[in-house]
Amino acid sequence: MTVVKETVGIRQSGIGVSAVRPDAQEKVKGDFIFSSDLSSEGMLWGQTLRSPHASAKILSIDISDALSISGVHAVLTADDVPGENIFGLERADQPVLADDFIRYAGEPVAIVAADHPEVARKAADAIRVEYEIFSPLVDSYAAITAEAIHPEGNVIRHLNILHGDTEVVGDVVVEGEYEVGMQDQAFMGTESGMAIPSPDGSINLQISTQWLHSDQEQVATALNMPMEMVRVTLAGVGGAFGGREDVSMHVHLCMLALHTGKPVKMIYDRNESFLGHVHRHPARIWYRHHASSEGLLVKVEAKVILDGGAYASTTSAVLANACCFSIGSYSVPNASVEGWGVRTNNPPCGAMRGFGNVQTCFGVEAQMDKLAKELSLDPVEFRLANALKSGDTIITGQKITGTAPVREVLMSLANHPLPEPPSDNILERPGGTGRTTDGSHVKRGVGFAASIKNLMFSEGFDDFSEARCIVNDGFIAIQTACVEVGQGFVTLVHQIVQEILGIEKVDILPADTSIGSAGSTSASRQSWMSGGAVMKACEAVVDSLISDLSNEQGITFERIGTVLVAPDGSASIPVTDALQGRNYDETVVHRHAPTVPLDKNGQGDAHVSFAFAAHRAVVDVDEELGLVRVVEIATSQDVGRVLNPIQARGQIEGGITQGLGLAILEEIVLVDGKIQNANFTDYLLPTAMDTPTIEIAALIEEPEPNAPFGAKGIGEPPVISSTPAVVAAIRDATGLDLNRVPIRPEDIALG
Amino acid sequence: MDKDKRSTGYSLSVNDTSHEISKSWLGESLLYVLREKLGLYGSKNACEQGECGSCSVLMDGVLVCSCLVLAANATGRDIKTIESISDDDSLTDVQKAFVDAGAIQCGFCTPGLLITIHDFLETNPEPNVLEIREAISGNLCRCTGYGRIVEAVQIVSKQKSVGQGGSDDSS
Repeated sequence: MTVVKETVGIRQSGIGVSAVRPDAQEKVKGDFIFSSDLSSEGMLWGQTLRSPHASAKILSIDISDALSISGVHAVLTADDVPGENIFGLERADQPVLADDFIRYAGEPVAIVAADHPEVARKAADAIRVEYEIFSPLVDSYAAITAEAIHPEGNVIRHLNILHGDTEVVGDVVVEGEYEVGMQDQAFMGTESGMAIPSPDGSINLQISTQWLHSDQEQVATALNMPMEMVRVTLAGVGGAFGGREDVSMHVHLCMLALHTGKPVKMIYDRNESFLGHVHRHPARIWYRHHASSEGLLVKVEAKVILDGGAYASTTSAVLANACCFSIGSYSVPNASVEGWGVRTNNPPCGAMRGFGNVQTCFGVEAQMDKLAKELSLDPVEFRLANALKSGDTIITGQKITGTAPVREVLMSLANHPLPEPPSDNILERPGGTGRTTDGSHVKRGVGFAASIKNLMFSEGFDDFSEARCIVNDGFIAIQTACVEVGQGFVTLVHQIVQEILGIEKVDILPADTSIGSAGSTSASRQSWMSGGAVMKACEAVVDSLISDLSNEQGITFERIGTVLVAPDGSASIPVTDALQGRNYDETVVHRHAPTVPLDKNGQGDAHVSFAFAAHRAVVDVDEELGLVRVVEIATSQDVGRVLNPIQARGQIEGGITQGLGLAILEEIVLVDGKIQNANFTDYLLPTAMDTPTIEIAALIEEPEPNAPFGAKGIGEPPVISSTPAVVAAIRDATGLDLNRVPIRPEDIALG
Repeated sequence: MDKDKRSTGYSLSVNDTSHEISKSWLGESLLYVLREKLGLYGSKNACEQGECGSCSVLMDGVLVCSCLVLAANATGRDIKTIESISDDDSLTDVQKAFVDAGAIQCGFCTPGLLITIHDFLETNPEPNVLEIREAISGNLCRCTGYGRIVEAVQIVSKQKSVGQGGSDDSS
C-alpha cells in the first residue's frame, strides 16, 4: 500500500482530500498486474474464430484440419457449449457460439486452445466454415418493419413518453434532424483473462470486467454449472467506459479450460476488441421544439431510433435514458417522445459512458441554440430561463426531490473568462504540427451546451452493493465486489475508512464473487452504491464497538468524527485506539431508494438522482481545409460534494476528451455491417495534441440528500454535453448546420 | 509453424541482463518475448500496431514500439524496459510526479508514457506545454485526457530547472 502523501487543504486524510491512488506505485513501476499479464504453468492460449459475414446461415463447420495441427489442444463449436447456448446482460438473446445463423460480422463461431498464440491463430484459420450468405439488414429505420433477423423480433424496445398537453403549439417552432455515429470505448487494455480449472470440476475465471456477479450468472448458465462452481475474480482492468459490462470471452475461456483441464489465457488483439465488445448506439433523432414568444419552452416532440445491432445488450435501458432525458436539463411542461431500440446486422451496441443521454443531448442542445437564435435571445440566457431546478417535474412525471443546481452550473460557466485570442504560432493552429494551414481561413467559434444524467440504475431495478469490513486487532480490511476500472474507487475506500474509523492503513481484499454483488461499475453509481456500502460497513463496526464498550464500561459512546465521546463529555477515545485488541467482521448491503418502471405513457418515478453539467468550447476552424483545433473546453459540474479533488479533475478531463472525440474524430465506419477501421490507425482517438486545456470553472457542491457524503457520481456528465459544445463552437465559427457527429473535414470544407 | 523454427535460440540483453531465448518462433515480436518469455509484463499490448506507444522501450537508447520490433532482430541491442527505470523501493522524479499529479487512472498507458517522458526530458529538460504535448502525442491514453500527465511533466521540469539553478518559468 502506498502511504497517503501531500494533500490539499488542512485535512490530510478522509473525504475531500486529494488522496493518492493506493495502486499508483505499482502502476508507475509497471508492476500492476492487468488481466493480460496473467500467467500460469502449462497454460494454453485461446483464440476465437469469428464470422466475416454480417448475415449468414452456417451450413457446416469442419474442425478436422485445425485439430490436426501440432500444439492444438481443443477446437470447440456451438455443439460443445455445456449449458444453454445463450447469454445477455439484460436478456439472454445471444449465442455463446453461433449455432445456426450469423447476425453480425465478428460473431464468434468456434474457439481454439493451443500451446502458442500463433498456433491458436493458425488453427482458427484452418477451421472450415461453409456459409450461406444473406444481404444484411443495416438500416435502423428500415429495421422497425423489416423481416425479423432474430426470433425475438427487430424492435428490442418501443417507448412512448407522453406528458402534459401533447397538442399544444408554441409561438416559435424549430425542427431538426440529428445523427450520432457509432463510438467505441477504446479502452487501452483489450479484453483478456484466464480460466483455471479445479480438480473438483469447478472453474476460476480471472477477467477484466465491470460486473463480476452478472458475469458469474451468465457463465454458469452457459456452462450448466451451479453458481458456486464458477468463481469470478477481477483481474487488473485497463479502462472500461461501458465496454466491459457485457460478457465477451468469459464462457469461451471456461469452456476451453474445462475441456483441456489446463489454464487457458486469451487476449483479444485490437482488431478483435472492436469486434468483441458492444459500442455506443448510433442514433437518428428528430426534434420539434415549441417555445413561447417570451422564450419559455412550451413543448418538445422527439423521435429517437437507436441501432442496437444484432443483440439486445443494454439497448432497452439506453433507449430509456435517451428518451427520458431527450429534453435536456430544462423544464418543459409538455412532451411527446417516441423511441425505438432496434436490431440490425450491425455490431451489437450497449453501454458506453453517458449511456443514451449522449445521443439526445447532441440533438437537444442544437435545438436550444436554434430556438435562441429564432427568439433573438442569448443562448445562455435562454437556457437559464428554462433551467430545471429542485422541485420541478421532468417529462416522465417525476419530481426532482434532490438538488438540481442547473442555474448555478450555467452561470458559473458563462462567467468564466474566455481564453486568449488565436496565437500566431503556426503549431497552435488547426492542423497543428502538420503545418497544413497558413491561417488565412481560420475562424474562432464559441459554443455552449448543458446536460442531465440520471445516476445509478433506473426503472425498478433492485440496485444494491455489499461491503464487508473486517477488523483484526486494529488492522482493517475491506471487501467488495466493486470493480476498479481506473476511476479511483480503491482510493475512495481508503478515504471512507479514514473518515469513519480514522485508520490510515487499509487492506483492500480482491474483488470476487465470494462476497455479494456490488452491481456494475457503470451509471456513475459506485461512489454512491459501493462507497455507501463501505461507509455503512465501517459504521456497523463502530456500532458493534460502541455496544461492546457499553457492556464493558456502562458508557454508551457516540461517534463524533473519528472519536468516540461519552454523552456527558466525561470520556473520549479515538476509534482507532478503541479498536486495538478487538475483532469485528461486519457485512452490509446498501440500496438506493427504490424506483418504479415507466408506465405505458412513459410516466413514473423511474430514476434515483440527477447530475448536471455544462460545457463551453472554444475552437479555431480552418474553413478551407475543414480542420478544427479545440482551443479550450471549460466546464461547470453539479457534483454534490467533491470526494477527492484530483480524481474528480481526472474524471472530468478524461470524460471531456471522450466527448471531444465523438465531436470531431471518433467513429466506427461500417460498410454492409462490417467494421472498416478496427484499429487505432483508422479509428482516431484524441492524442495529447488534439486535447485542449480543460478549465474547471466551478464544481457546484450542494450535497445530495440520501447520497453517501452528499456526493453525486461524476464520471458520465463530462462526456455528455462536451460533444454538443464543440459542435456548437464549430457552428459558431462556420455558420454551418452540422447535424451529424463526428464532424468530418469535408462536412466543413464542402459544407 | 515448423518445429525447427520454434526451436531456434538467440540471446537478448534486457535491462543489463543477458537472456537466452529458446523454443522461440522467429515471428515473435520483442513485446511478446519481453512479456511472455521473460515475464516483463510492464510493457503493454494495446494496439500492437505502433499507434499507441503502450509498449515503448529503449533500444540502444532509441525510443521504439516493441510491438514493431522482431525479437530475434533485437539480439545484440541494449534493451531497457519500464522495469529498469527505478530500483525496487524508489521512484524516479517522473514516476513520483505521475503519482502526485493524478496522472494515473487505469494505468495501462502509464509504463509507455513514462519511458517516453524520461527519454524526452533527457533531450529537452525544460519543455513548454506544446512541446510536452507533441512529445507524448505518440502515446494514447483513454482515461485522463492528458491534463494531469502534462502537469506531471511540468512538475519534473520545474524541479530540474530549480535544481540546476535555472529559471522555473518552464511553461
